[in-house]
Amino acid sequence: MARAVSLRRRTVATIAAWAIGFLIFFPILWTIITSFKTELEAFSTPPKFLFFEWTTENYGIVQERSNYLRFVSNSLILSIGSTLVALLFAIPAAWAMAFAPGKRTKDLLMWMLSTKMMPPVGALIPVYLIFRDMGLLDSRGGLIAVLFLLNLPIIVWMLYTYFKEIPGEILEAARMDGASLWKELVYVLAPMAVPGIASTLLLNIILAWNEAFWTLNLTTSAAAPLTAFIASYSSPEGLFWAKLSAASTMAIAPILVLGWFAQKQLVRGLTFGAVK
Amino acid sequence: MATQQTRLLGKLAVAPSVVVLFLWMIVPLALTIWFSLLRYNLLDPGNESFVGFLNYEYFLTDPAFFAALGNSLKLVFAVLAISIIGGTLLALLLDQAIVGRNIVRLMVIAPFFVMPTVSALVWKNMFMHPVSGLFAWLMKSVGLEPVDWFAQYPLTAVIIMVAWQWLPFATLILLTAIQSLDEEQKEAAEMDGAPPLAYFFYIVLPHLARPITVVILIETIFLLNVFAEIYVTGTGGPAGNLPYLVYFQGLLNFDVGGASAGGIVAVVLANIVAFFLIRMIGRNLEG
Repeated sequence: MARAVSLRRRTVATIAAWAIGFLIFFPILWTIITSFKTELEAFSTPPKFLFFEWTTENYGIVQERSNYLRFVSNSLILSIGSTLVALLFAIPAAWAMAFAPGKRTKDLLMWMLSTKMMPPVGALIPVYLIFRDMGLLDSRGGLIAVLFLLNLPIIVWMLYTYFKEIPGEILEAARMDGASLWKELVYVLAPMAVPGIASTLLLNIILAWNEAFWTLNLTTSAAAPLTAFIASYSSPEGLFWAKLSAASTMAIAPILVLGWFAQKQLVRGLTFGAVK
Repeated sequence: MATQQTRLLGKLAVAPSVVVLFLWMIVPLALTIWFSLLRYNLLDPGNESFVGFLNYEYFLTDPAFFAALGNSLKLVFAVLAISIIGGTLLALLLDQAIVGRNIVRLMVIAPFFVMPTVSALVWKNMFMHPVSGLFAWLMKSVGLEPVDWFAQYPLTAVIIMVAWQWLPFATLILLTAIQSLDEEQKEAAEMDGAPPLAYFFYIVLPHLARPITVVILIETIFLLNVFAEIYVTGTGGPAGNLPYLVYFQGLLNFDVGGASAGGIVAVVLANIVAFFLIRMIGRNLEG
């Protein structure tokens, strides 16, 4: 840890890193700032950075105009619902693959991963038609099913990499002591598996929250989550930047906070354990 | 050792996931292949007829296909170049002894968590608007003519937005990899007075070879499927990629047959990439 670093080098690196970090973060910061302006100020040139009348009226207007809370609740239901369903399927699968691997376990994992490679446009038309015929277009149930299937491979994989790190000797010791399979699951495996499951949950809520191919194509209003709500701002009438910013800030804030907590899991989850 | 009982239980535990994923993969794919061989228009229901490979002939000789394929490839390569080169440099910088490194890290990673529709509209309006956007103001204040991004350089505009989201991803992965580099090795290199370039090429880069490959492959999968940014900004005409073209054919032109043929072409393209990715990760699983 204690690497001797010259003060000059440290200063230069610090300044450069902060400058670049600020630049990259700036669009988000700018969105947040703009959300507190009036529409006129949001549009003004030269732009106003900090010195303007701060107002929270946009947040009220966004809610009033389009029932923002409905979109939030849809986003919550879709992302959490699909993740929970996926965990229900994935936990037993990953548990079995990690602790009782068969000859084909590796192939199976690879195959699951390969379903993720399938471009959604290859499935869009039939899924759309099936949904239309079954009355599932613009329904939460239908979207939960799609998001569940979309993220199931990642969830199985993440859980698998976590479960594999649980030492098998502990299980054997429990078995030697005469623990039944059920006891082994509840008292030995579960406590050690919970952190991995929580991380998986977190990452997949983020992924489902931001998914914007299926949510845009399969919803119109009733089941539309925030991704679709924001997209409705693409055909603007009049001045709307401050309202767009307020809506955007509310749409990204919760997930940004979750994301910051989930950095490590993100690396593991999206590289399928290849980088830890 | 797994007993007979656990082995059976294991199979039962894996089965539900395998069955649903198998259905999810095979049913739409089979239907897409079948539709792609039909003359099938949603405006003319009940008159589907088998036409063999005619849809492919139309789709593959349509100038719109080449434009879309070109846009797809340009988008993928440009964003890859930006995120890999930028991500490596940024990861190296963030690995230095920086005051407040965790905060900088949070700022750098943030764009990855922004939903695509938000990023598209924020960039399109507040930054790239030809009159009131921040870029226009910046260019005017240094005496340049403002650029109307979406009229003049629509693909570049999309590339900027998408790169802004994926540069953080590459940085995060590569930073994690660099930080797992043996601290003693770094120290030894410094003690021996290794010049920075030699340090980079002989120590860091070989260590990064695998994570970089992983980033390239994963980003390629996602970048081939970029849709929301193009859809929301209305740049599908000049800058539309393959996914957009399939959506356009199918859900706007109601030409299910043609769109399905396009979908299959996209599947083939993605499979070429996937082939390498799966092999890489598979090799990794053994090690």
